[in-house]
Amino acid sequence: MKVHVDMEKCQHYGQCVFEADDVFSLGDDGKLVYKADVDDSRRSDVESAVDVCPMQAITVE
Amino acid sequence: MKVLIVGAGLAGLRTAESLRGAGFAGEITIVGEEPHFPYNRPPLSKDALANGLTIADLEFKRRESIADVRWIFNDSALSTNYAERSVLLESGRLESFDILVAATGIRPRVLNVPGAEKSKFSLRNFTEAQELRTSMLGAEKLVIVGAGFIGCEIAATARKLGINVAVVAADPEPMFRPLGAEFGRAMRERHEAEGVKFHMDAKIAGYLGGDSATGVSLESGEEILGDLVVEAIGSLPNTEWLAGGELDLQDGVLVDSSMRATAPSDLSVYAVGDVARYAFDLFDSTPRRIEHWNLPTETGRRAGKSIAHFLTTGEVLVEPVNFVPSFWSDQYEDNVQSFGIPGIADSINVVDGELAGDCVVEYLRDGKVVGVVGVNTSAKLAPYRKRFQEIN
Repeated sequence: MKVHVDMEKCQHYGQCVFEADDVFSLGDDGKLVYKADVDDSRRSDVESAVDVCPMQAITVE
Repeated sequence: MKVLIVGAGLAGLRTAESLRGAGFAGEITIVGEEPHFPYNRPPLSKDALANGLTIADLEFKRRESIADVRWIFNDSALSTNYAERSVLLESGRLESFDILVAATGIRPRVLNVPGAEKSKFSLRNFTEAQELRTSMLGAEKLVIVGAGFIGCEIAATARKLGINVAVVAADPEPMFRPLGAEFGRAMRERHEAEGVKFHMDAKIAGYLGGDSATGVSLESGEEILGDLVVEAIGSLPNTEWLAGGELDLQDGVLVDSSMRATAPSDLSVYAVGDVARYAFDLFDSTPRRIEHWNLPTETGRRAGKSIAHFLTTGEVLVEPVNFVPSFWSDQYEDNVQSFGIPGIADSINVVDGELAGDCVVEYLRDGKVVGVVGVNTSAKLAPYRKRFQEIN
């Protein structure tokens, strides 16, 4: 599955990190880093990350 | 089998998604009092106010799995008939249910003082945000009654737009109840540096102005005047329509860990989101109604799963409430993020940085960490948040 974060919207809160820390992380500079190609087995947690994003900046295909 | 969800906000949406996710194939109806699909409210006091977002910008994505949900907009619940298993709507329509989910959220509290009938602004929904934005853009000075998150965020947005702001509040410091005096003082100083004038510990005697309020008078005799008044003094849960049954409606709807309302002879009523009151088992056994943004999602997910489990097995799902309340707030360039329940702490400990700048602050009760709050330190908060899982 393809994960996309709209970096115009993202405010780097890192709520997504708690749902799927193998996909999303915050760097030392506080900025969000994420994997764009993610195995389908991770869909449930990634969808949870989509749900909890305060800025609703994450989309999944 | 029919699930009736009253309230078309985030909690109602997540309940419907969770029901479908857990395999519930029956009918789902969602009743909303606004003409909109569920939308994200936090931007209402920030981006929507500063930049005039459209409802399309704010609407949540709706999953394919809930495409068959029946939506009733522009209508709200008046009363519940528990014996007949139906809810009477404002329009006169009667909606039956097998399972009822209360997701009616909250409404702004109103200060009952002389002049309270004068029109004021409040900020809970999209329409109110549009009205406030329109009026703010033509104003030179805003009087904000209340110094909670909404009041402070509106103050910050107004300053960004070049509008003068006076904040009048009964509490000793802004955000006093959720974050305490020390953190509140530091936040007040940030606002003061941006030009906001605070009148704290204020005893409001009445609203001033003509048909529209333009200020407040204090018991001290002082008058604080502007072009318009925003009232942001907290909220009340919308539960009146649930009266007449066995539900505990003292402050929202008391529910158990499955989000089922505690009614001895009725297993079919649930509550989710801002209207639900329950014990946060990671902290203690006191039921609390906490209005933080992540909880409609947590409670909606839990309710959907519980209802599906109950309908399949006839048994109530028993699972502890492991939700960690969380909120964030943007004020100027500062971003405040909180995990846990800092409002129940008796002391704080600044563990990184200093209160006047970027910082991480632990909130303790009887020496145990019950909350952590960061200012511009999102990346540092993860290890602190993880500690809540170790509390009990």
